[in-house]
Amino acid sequence: MEVPILKQGLYLIASIQAALSDVDLVHLRDALAEKVGKFRARGVIVDVTVLDVMDSFASRTLRDLAHMTRLRGAETVIVGIQPEVAFAMVQLGLTLEGVDTALDLEEGLAFLDKKTKRRTSRG
Amino acid sequence: MGDQKTKKNENRGSGASPAREVPPDDESTVSLLRELVNHLRKNRTQLREEWARRITAAKLLGAMTSEEIFAEATSVYDNYVEVLETGAVEALQAYARDLSERIIPRGVETDEVVGIVLLLRDVLARSLFAKYQTDFQLLNRILDAYEPAANRIANTVAVGFVQERERIIRQQQEAIRELSTPVLQVRERLLILPIIGVIDSQRARQLTEQLLRGIRTNRAKVVVIDITGVAAMDATVANHLVQTVEASRLLGATVIVTGLSPEIAQTLVTIGVDLGKMNTVGDLQGGIEEAERLLGYKVTPFSEVSTQPI
Repeated sequence: MEVPILKQGLYLIASIQAALSDVDLVHLRDALAEKVGKFRARGVIVDVTVLDVMDSFASRTLRDLAHMTRLRGAETVIVGIQPEVAFAMVQLGLTLEGVDTALDLEEGLAFLDKKTKRRTSRG
Repeated sequence: MGDQKTKKNENRGSGASPAREVPPDDESTVSLLRELVNHLRKNRTQLREEWARRITAAKLLGAMTSEEIFAEATSVYDNYVEVLETGAVEALQAYARDLSERIIPRGVETDEVVGIVLLLRDVLARSLFAKYQTDFQLLNRILDAYEPAANRIANTVAVGFVQERERIIRQQQEAIRELSTPVLQVRERLLILPIIGVIDSQRARQLTEQLLRGIRTNRAKVVVIDITGVAAMDATVANHLVQTVEASRLLGATVIVTGLSPEIAQTLVTIGVDLGKMNTVGDLQGGIEEAERLLGYKVTPFSEVSTQPI
């Protein structure tokens, strides 16, 4: 299942629509890493609201994705993790170290606005 | 089930004593019990008084006055005799539950309840000894019929009492649990979660669930967890607290923990919590101030605002 990636101003929004297989996740990661360069995006939002499971592969892929896009000049924020999923992840020790998270799409956009503005104003 | 037991004992009893002609077990038990009941009815006043006297002498039911003891003794006695007569324990169960409900709030302990029922058993047994002392055979058979029934009654009362106690304890636990975990919004996007009392792992779990749900419904960005009211926590619960902090971060909220007691601080250090992840402030006031700073609020006294020219 392909994940649609929408361009919204300086940001790319990947809105996951259904449960993803490992292959789909890897595709998503590579597609985003590529499109960050293509669209000169400054931020990436991955919306995982519909996911009711987040296993170790998924969280590692998301972490890799965040680190990859950062190296290519864009901040990534994961939004919409469900409370139950969050707690299950923490119990499994999958804490998405070094990855920014936000409550939902709106929060994610606000977060990216703040973060990219800070960076541009700094230099 | 009780009847079978009675029968078995009856068999054993008659086998041990060299009885010549033994009528069929059931009938003999029933007739013996009937005789027993008649005896107890006839001597009701005297036996009751004897029992109440011995309860007072044994210093049981200290929380109750002697009139109350006598009144309860009377109704227990009548119930007792009735069960011996009919073999139906349901009425007694209901009575025991009712009695427990009345006396538990007054601080009556399990050993006292068991004690008084056993005393009644003893009093009645002695009166039987006195009555049938001339005919040892008959006494034996009477006791064979009496003992299982009496034990069953003692059992019923004790179990009823303990069950009632457990029910009350469960009820109170429930009440505490419902009372104990408020998630409160103090400002737009700022929640506080004051925790008071002992945290076991079940309550910790419940707290986490409620907090995560609260973050979602209130769209909170910062949460202050105040644990001033928690004296100590074990490593499991401390770990759970850390997990709660991390799970909240995954929902995009920052957690500030305030009011850690020295003991809890030591626990956290002992289990090796990564303090970089934990945002801790000394007290609740400091925590709320820090939260306001994170959210971009600035609280200024009204007098300062009005004196300053804008």
